[in-house]
Amino acid sequence: MRVPILKQGDILIASIQSALTDRDLLELRDELMHQVGKFRSRGVIVDVTVLDVMDSFAVRTLRALAHMVRLRGAETVIVGIQPEIAFAMVQLGLDLGGVTTALDLEEGLAFLARQGRRGAGSGSRG
Amino acid sequence: MGVEVEVEVEVVVSSEADIVRARQQGRALAQQAGFTGTDLALIATAISEAARNILEYAKKGEVFLRIVHQGETRGLSVEAQDKGPGIPDLPLAMQDGYSTGKGLGMGLPGMRRLMDQFEIRSKIGSGTTVKMSKWTRAHG
Repeated sequence: MRVPILKQGDILIASIQSALTDRDLLELRDELMHQVGKFRSRGVIVDVTVLDVMDSFAVRTLRALAHMVRLRGAETVIVGIQPEIAFAMVQLGLDLGGVTTALDLEEGLAFLARQGRRGAGSGSRG
Repeated sequence: MGVEVEVEVEVVVSSEADIVRARQQGRALAQQAGFTGTDLALIATAISEAARNILEYAKKGEVFLRIVHQGETRGLSVEAQDKGPGIPDLPLAMQDGYSTGKGLGMGLPGMRRLMDQFEIRSKIGSGTTVKMSKWTRAHG
């Protein structure tokens, strides 16, 4: 596993450290899905700050990951998309299809904390 | 005025790791040619898509990365070629929204938007060649 996943309370934080191949991305998706169930996590943060390219495969995989995690009752936040990557994504016509994004890890954690307070005892959204 | 080649690097694409290698090489050359920031991301993304198309549709092919200049203006040119099955309906594949974002699309219109020049040739049964380039704005 090339991407370390840190467990902090009921949140999983995956910090991408280097360029990833397609297989690495799929592994990350599967591992996060597994850990969400294992640790009964409520939130997942994927930190993509170091990525200098997010091509169609990367975007599609992250979008699928977020949707799968949501079906398991947890919320995913993609954090750290760099401005030039955002520009390239828009030019290429890619979007994350309703997946929550945040500026950085701190904002991502704050978002999940707010979600947690709102959602306490009322189940998750579909 | 003709386009002259300063540096050429060939990357053989036959595995996922080669996609990463192609875009990293391309990014390094683009930097050497004088590109910065957003342009580097656009170029690397276009190379990644082109290399992925090779792997996806032809299994194997080559990406030629070249630092070029035309007069005072430098640029990066990318030529991605394969001997795959070719694209049956090129005008359709060039239509926006035909493939991008869903499935394993070719994303050709998107690639065209990332670069300054874009050209594609494809022949059923004999392969596809994509040529695209981007120019630095420093001199013009």
